[in-house]
Amino acid sequence: MDIIQGKVYIMGDDINTDDIVPSHSLTLRDACDMAQCACETIDPEFSTISENLNIIIAGENFGCGSSREEAVNVFKILGIKAIIAKSIARIYFRNLINLGIPGIILDWNKDDFSRSDEILISLEKGEVDNITKNKTITFEKLPPFLINILKKGGILNKIKETL
Amino acid sequence: MNYTIAEKILLDHSNLNTLSPDQFIESEIDLIMVHEQLGGRIHEEYNKLGLDYVWDPDKIFFILDHWVPPPTISAAKMHQDCRSFANKYNFTHNMGQNKGICHQVLPEMGFARPGMLIVGSDSHTTTYGAFNCFSTGIGATDVSVVFATGKLWFKVPYSYKINLEGNFSEGVMAKDFILKFIGDISTKGAIYKSLEFHGDGAESLSIDGRMTIANMAVETGAKSGIFLPDNKLEAWLSKRTSKSYKFIKPDDNADYQKEFHYNLEELAPIVAKPNNPGNIANIEEVEGIEVNQAFIGSCTNGRLEDLRIAAKILKGKEISSDIRLIIIPASREIYLDALKEGLIEIFLEIGAVIGNSTCGPCIGGHLGVLGPNEVCISSTNRNFKGRMGHPNSKIYLASPATVAASAINGKITDPRRFL
Ligand code: SF4
Repeated sequence: MDIIQGKVYIMGDDINTDDIVPSHSLTLRDACDMAQCACETIDPEFSTISENLNIIIAGENFGCGSSREEAVNVFKILGIKAIIAKSIARIYFRNLINLGIPGIILDWNKDDFSRSDEILISLEKGEVDNITKNKTITFEKLPPFLINILKKGGILNKIKETL
Repeated sequence: MNYTIAEKILLDHSNLNTLSPDQFIESEIDLIMVHEQLGGRIHEEYNKLGLDYVWDPDKIFFILDHWVPPPTISAAKMHQDCRSFANKYNFTHNMGQNKGICHQVLPEMGFARPGMLIVGSDSHTTTYGAFNCFSTGIGATDVSVVFATGKLWFKVPYSYKINLEGNFSEGVMAKDFILKFIGDISTKGAIYKSLEFHGDGAESLSIDGRMTIANMAVETGAKSGIFLPDNKLEAWLSKRTSKSYKFIKPDDNADYQKEFHYNLEELAPIVAKPNNPGNIANIEEVEGIEVNQAFIGSCTNGRLEDLRIAAKILKGKEISSDIRLIIIPASREIYLDALKEGLIEIFLEIGAVIGNSTCGPCIGGHLGVLGPNEVCISSTNRNFKGRMGHPNSKIYLASPATVAASAINGKITDPRRFL
């Protein structure tokens, strides 16, 4: 969990949960079907692109809107390993951590990342290493409490130990 | 001591002696609200824990409201999953599917009382802040944690103090204020903060109006939007509950990270343009934009106060049959009251479609889904791209007064022209 490696997919500001999981797909009974609709209003190809590009780098207020955890789960199904954003909406951030996906707050600018860049994230060091651009950027480390949930692969695994 | 309301309620529900913003704490939950999400990811996640019990079936409020009655086979299946879960775990407060929208029904039935810590599987759970509660939305996994343990981790939020003074002028409503505030502070302006509404302006607001504001607090990114308790709240609660509660007021020296001031008298009708609730305009800037659909309803603005002003504006007018005017009272109780007051008759006479109490068009589920390039003026809370239907449709958010006036003209219209 400490080191996450992947390729970058760039998104803008205010990506909301309706963008990530359109309401019309919410009653679908199969999460994989739902994942096929992920981000369709932003990029109709998204569900296939994310096979290669598996770290999302976004702008402000990522995941704003509804509490629907599907908006994290579809990314999990599609193999997204981490979300880096300038800011992340509160419920969305909780849902990420709870499902074991790191949400990282980083004030990046457009010279820092381009689509398909290969990057390495170290949660313990609080560093993102852009291998393609040969550039290292630091971020404020997640508190140990949250790292601990991530290490367990999500909060349900942590809760299980106490039941 | 110098605590804000949010800090006081969180402290009351933890086993700590003190706390401060940014601290991670574990708190005991008084009540958890779940809706169709129960048959979505919640039952799936909870099954992973392999438990044959929930921590306290008496502290769960379960209701079906989003897709009622189910418009599709998959929605019907979702309801079946919800029901079997609620039965399996013996939920005491199973509200079924005919009472209305969660955020209206729960307070109406006296489940939201001052000082409570309430969570819900819905982002607009912030609505109960109108009742001096700390209430916030959570996802399916968090719900599972609460079902299993009755507790949840929180990061203590910083609080923002919003001072309101004065009274609205005619045709201006709580919705106009909250849209203005979201526009001013932006949809990321209060991420993780608790908003606290103070002042004689806040006291002058009806309970309905406070609910509208607390409801949309989440649109600023806030974790909660809380009102101070007062006589109005006490009078409201006396009709709804016989349970005891204690009013929570902030300490005199409570620490607020930021303060804001608004004079409600100075406000005019506000509209949020597509595709972001913070993309606001004064009514003059958008007057004349043609609409295909006008919707009054939802947990934001489907209450009696909203229907009354709409009826006042719409009475005796003619609505073009090209315009879909959809009116959905937020609960059965409100529907019945509106019926007794003659409001429903006014709506039917002018050709409005009256829906049963459900979320309906608010998330594009049913009862008024938008086609390509269609424009809707809506009393709801989110105008995200595609939220009410086709991705190329457009949603303008406004007060129920503005929606009603716009339905008459088939164009966005200043409601003050009809008052
Ligand atoms: S009315 Fe709309 S915002 Fe309110 S709970 Fe229903 S879908 Fe959500």
